[in-house]
Amino acid sequence: MIAPALFAVFAAIAVVSALSVILQRNPVTSALFLVVTFCSLAGIYLVLHAEFIGMVQVIVYAGAIMVLFLFVIMYLNLGRDIETGLQIALRRGVGWLMGFALLAAGVALFRHPWAAGPPAPPGPPVGNTQAIGLLLYSRYLFPFEVTSMLLLVAMVGVVVIARGRRAPGPAADLPPGAATGAEPRGDA
Amino acid sequence: MIPISWSLALSAVLFVIGVIGVLVRRNALVIFMSIELMLNAANLAFVAFSRDMQSLDGQVFVFFVMTVAAAEVAVGLAIIVNMFRLRETVFVDEINLLKG
Repeated sequence: MIAPALFAVFAAIAVVSALSVILQRNPVTSALFLVVTFCSLAGIYLVLHAEFIGMVQVIVYAGAIMVLFLFVIMYLNLGRDIETGLQIALRRGVGWLMGFALLAAGVALFRHPWAAGPPAPPGPPVGNTQAIGLLLYSRYLFPFEVTSMLLLVAMVGVVVIARGRRAPGPAADLPPGAATGAEPRGDA
Repeated sequence: MIPISWSLALSAVLFVIGVIGVLVRRNALVIFMSIELMLNAANLAFVAFSRDMQSLDGQVFVFFVMTVAAAEVAVGLAIIVNMFRLRETVFVDEINLLKG
């Protein structure tokens, strides 16, 4: 069978690139490795016969969200990432320790034998995307509409947050060079 | 047919990598990426169970999780940009505005 082999390859790529995301010093490299992780996860979704989710994963995550990440990283001009010092090394050690403790807890849970559920009913005869659409617009119609509300609220919130605390009125009276960063920062 | 334990193991490993990233890194952007990693691990578990139970509800939930993740990324990155404007840093241990 080719499916388990594909799954193994995609899983290996996903784990290695996910480790690279948290191990790389440069945030741009981290972001690009995260794109690799998302794309290999999309491959895994295809292997698992979730075609719609796989495509949306590439379009939304690898396309839209990561472009936003890269845009912000480059906008903030974060080339350097200094992480030295005893306190930070200590914190890093504790972080890895806690992570492995969590993994050990998961392994202990997985070793526990679980009872099998009831036999599954046969799947719908239509295609994956069509089936999801039918489900989304019938049983999950209300959550779907709430989702649109959530996106609208997020959009308005981002505009309000990104505008900053500066009042919109007096800034227009200043000469063009004065408003770009010469004013005092609000260090609390 | 892929055994569900493979998908769940991969999901668990990815989630733990995300947790370690949040705990270890100081850069707010990388912490944010680790959170995305954890969301994706949860999505993988949803898809795996959806496949195992021959039911599409799990994939609909992945759709909702992706929507929430997109909204979260937009708002979070706006906050990070605002914080950078205010403090000239994205290191989370140098951002202590709430410390009284």
